[in-house]
Amino acid sequence: MNQTTPILELVGVYKRFGAVQALQDVDLSLFAGEVHALVGENGAGKSTLVKILAGVHRPDRGRLLLHGNEMRLTGPAAARAAGIAVIYQEPTLFPDLSVAENIFMGRQPLRFGRRIDRVEMQRRVRALMQRLGVPLDPDRPARGMSIADQQIVEIAKALSLDAQVVVMDEPTAALSAVEVDRLFVVVRALQAAGTAVLFVSHRLSELFAISQTVTVMRDGRRVFNGALSGLSTGELVRRMVGRTLDEFYPKQEGSLGAVALSVRGLTRVGIFSDVTFDVRHGEIVGLAGLVGAGRSEVARAIFGIDRRDSGDVIVGGRSLPVASPPAAMNAGVAYVPEDRHEQGLVMALSIARNVSLASLARLRRGPFILGADERKLAATWADRLHLKYQRLSNPVSMLSGGNQQKVVLSKWLARRPSVLIVDEPTRGIDVGTKQEVHRLLSDLASQGVAILMISSELPEVLGMADRVLVMHEGRLAATIPRAGATEEAVMLAATGTVRAS
Amino acid sequence: MVTAPRQSPVVVSNAARLSDIVSRTRELGIVAVLVLLVVVTGVVQPNFLRLNNIQFVLLDTTMIALLALGETVVVVSRNVDLSIGSVVGLSAFLSANLFGHVAGIPIPLVFAAGLGIGIACGAANGLVVSVGRVPSLVVTLASLYIFRGLDILIVGGGQVVAFSLPTSFRAIGEATVLGIPDLAIAAAIVVAAGAYFLRSFRSGRELYAIGSNPDAARLAGIPVARRTFMAFVASGAIAGVTGVIWAIRYGTIDSTAGTGIELQVIAAVVVGGVAIFGGSGSAVGAALGALLLTSIASALQVLGISPFWVQAIAGFLLIAAITLDRGISLRLTTTLRKGNYRGGA
Repeated sequence: MNQTTPILELVGVYKRFGAVQALQDVDLSLFAGEVHALVGENGAGKSTLVKILAGVHRPDRGRLLLHGNEMRLTGPAAARAAGIAVIYQEPTLFPDLSVAENIFMGRQPLRFGRRIDRVEMQRRVRALMQRLGVPLDPDRPARGMSIADQQIVEIAKALSLDAQVVVMDEPTAALSAVEVDRLFVVVRALQAAGTAVLFVSHRLSELFAISQTVTVMRDGRRVFNGALSGLSTGELVRRMVGRTLDEFYPKQEGSLGAVALSVRGLTRVGIFSDVTFDVRHGEIVGLAGLVGAGRSEVARAIFGIDRRDSGDVIVGGRSLPVASPPAAMNAGVAYVPEDRHEQGLVMALSIARNVSLASLARLRRGPFILGADERKLAATWADRLHLKYQRLSNPVSMLSGGNQQKVVLSKWLARRPSVLIVDEPTRGIDVGTKQEVHRLLSDLASQGVAILMISSELPEVLGMADRVLVMHEGRLAATIPRAGATEEAVMLAATGTVRAS
Repeated sequence: MVTAPRQSPVVVSNAARLSDIVSRTRELGIVAVLVLLVVVTGVVQPNFLRLNNIQFVLLDTTMIALLALGETVVVVSRNVDLSIGSVVGLSAFLSANLFGHVAGIPIPLVFAAGLGIGIACGAANGLVVSVGRVPSLVVTLASLYIFRGLDILIVGGGQVVAFSLPTSFRAIGEATVLGIPDLAIAAAIVVAAGAYFLRSFRSGRELYAIGSNPDAARLAGIPVARRTFMAFVASGAIAGVTGVIWAIRYGTIDSTAGTGIELQVIAAVVVGGVAIFGGSGSAVGAALGALLLTSIASALQVLGISPFWVQAIAGFLLIAAITLDRGISLRLTTTLRKGNYRGGA
C-alpha cells in the first residue's frame, strides 16, 4: 500500500459558529485503501468536520488538499464532483422517488435530447446492487424502507460516483448486528478497491473491527491520531473524555420487589405474537434482538400507542385498556421512544415546555399553566440529570443529542413512573452522557422503578439488565438470566440459531 | 455469523408494482368516474351530449387544465401558487387592451405580451420565495392581492368590450378540428409536453426531489433556489397565456376577470392526484382532474340542478380524493414495511 500522499488531507482547519469554536487547528489525512476511524464525544466537532468534507460548511481557516492539490469545496455538488461521498447518520432519501432515482438524482444517465435514460439507469442500479450483494428493486419507492436498506441506497450512490473518499457518519447507529456485518463486508470491499473511508462511530468495538487508523477529537481539537492496533478500548475512551471511566455500565445489585408490569400473550398480527414476561419493581429487563424483530412494536403496544390484537398488559394488578396511552400513563407507565426528534421531543419548543409536557395536568391551576411552575419543574430535573444548557427557554433543538435525551427522560421522570420503558436510551449519544444515563437508570431501579430497556448495543444490555429477553421475528426466543448472559448467547437467540428458553 | 435472509425479490417487486398501480389507478379512476358521469347525464338529458355543449366543456377545461399544469409544476416542489387568478386577470385586460392602442397589432404579439406579463409576475413570486425564503403560501397570497390591485388600478371602472376586439382574434375560440376546439387541442399538446418534461428531464425530476425532501435535495447538490424560481416563472407564464385565452373566450374583460379561478385549479390538481405537500403526481392527472370538475359543473347545469351543488360537489370530491390518497399511502407504507418485516432483517 502506497501511503506517501494521502488522497485527502485537511490542514489546520478552523470553524466557528457564533460563540462556539467548533473546530480548532484540526488536521486529518485519509489514505487510499484505509479505513480511518473518527471518534469523540458529542459536540467534539466530528459532525462539523464531516460537513466540511461534504461541502456543506466552509472552513474559516485551513486548507483542504485532494491528491496534494489545494481545493475549495463551494457546496455539496462540488464535494461530489471532487469524489467525496458522504453517508449521513440519518439517511437523506426522497421517500416518493424510486431507489434508482434516489441513487442518480441530478446525474441520471441521458439519451438523445437530454432525456433521462430509464433503462440504462435501471441497468446500472442492478449492477450496483449486485456489487453490494443486496437485491433491492430499482423501482421500489424509498418510502417504508428499513434504515439498513436506506443506507445501502446511500452506499450505492457513493459507488456510482466512483467516490475516492467515502465518509460514513455513524452508519451503524440504527443497524442490527447482522446488518452491521453486511455493512462491514461492503466497507472492506470499498477498502480493497482503494477507496479511503472515514468511519464515524460511537461503538468502539466496531471501530477496532473495521479501522486501521484513528483520529480522536475533543472540544474541537484533534487530540490523537495514529494506528488503532496498539490501543485498548480503555485508552481510546480516556483520550476521548480526558478522564478514566472505571465502570462502563454501573448497574447495582438490588433486591427485587413485586411484579410491576406483567405482559401476557401479547399479540399484534403480523408484527409479533404471544409475548409473555414480567418486570419486577427494582428490576431492569433488557429486550434484545435484531432491528425488525418487533421489540419497539411490543413497547408501543404495551404503552397503547399501537393496538394489540390479543393478550393482556397488567400494571399494578390492573389490566390496561387497549390502545390508550393516557390510561397507561395514569397507571404509572412511562415510555421513552427510540426516535428523539420525531417522537420524544417537540424540537421547536423550549426545554422547560418539553420537560413539563407530560405533567401539564398536574401543573394546571384552573385553566392556566403558569410559566413559573414549568420552569421550576424543568429546573429541578435539569439539575438532577446534570443537563448542560444555557437557558431553559431555549429550544431543545439547540442541545446536543445526549442532553436532548436527558430532556426526554426528565419529561417522563417528572411523572414519577413505577414502570419505565426506554427504547434505545443511549443511541447516538456520547460516552460520558451514556454513562450518566446508565447510572440514572440504575438509581431508578434501586428506588423500585421497574425498567424495560430495549437496546441494540449488546454490552449495554449485558451490563445493565438483570434479565435479558431476546426477540426473534416477532417472538420471544429466549430469556437469559444475568449470570448466563453473554454476547454469544444473546446473538445466537436473536439470529434464531438456537431456541433456548 | 449467521446471515439474515434478505427480502425476497418477489415481495419487493410486488411493492414496487403496487406503488405503480396506485398512481395509475388514480388516472384510470378519474376516467371511469368521467365516463360514468357522461353516460348517466347523457341518458337523462341528451342535450348534454350535443356538440355545442361538449365544445363548451372543453373550452372551459382548456383554461383550468393549462393553469393546472403550471400549478402542478409548483405543487410537486412543495410550494403553491395562489396568484394565478390575478395574473390571468391582469394579462387578459392588458393584452386585449393592446388592440385598442396599437391598430392592427399581430395576434402572436398579443400572446407574447400575455406571456411576458405572466413571466414578470411569476418571476416576482419566484424571487421572493427562493431568494427571500418566504413560504410560497404567504408570498402568493400577497401577490394575489397585489396583482389584483394593480389590475383594478389600471382598469378602474372600465372594461374591454367584445366588439372592440378584432374578429380574427375572437374567431380563435370558435375554430375547431373535427368538432374539437383548436384551443383544447393546443392545451392538450402543452399539457402532454409539460407532463413529459416533468417525467423525463433532470430538472423535472429535481422538482419532485425538492418536494419530496428539500434538505436531501440540497445535500444532493440540486440548485433548489433556481429550480423553485423557474417553477414559479413557468406557472406565471402559463397563467399569462391563459389570460389571453380568457380574453378570446369571454371578450368582455373588467377588473374582476379570473377572480377565484386559482381555487378551481388547485382543486383540479388535488383531485388529479398531485400530492399537496409535493413529491408526487402528474400533469396528466391534474388535467383530467380539471376535465372532471368542469364536466360535473356542466352536467349539473344541464340537469337543472342549483349551482350551489356545483361547488358543494367539488368540495366533496376534494375531500374524497384526499382521504383516498391518505388511505392508499398509509396502506402502501404498511405494505412496504411488512415487506421488510417478512424478510426478517
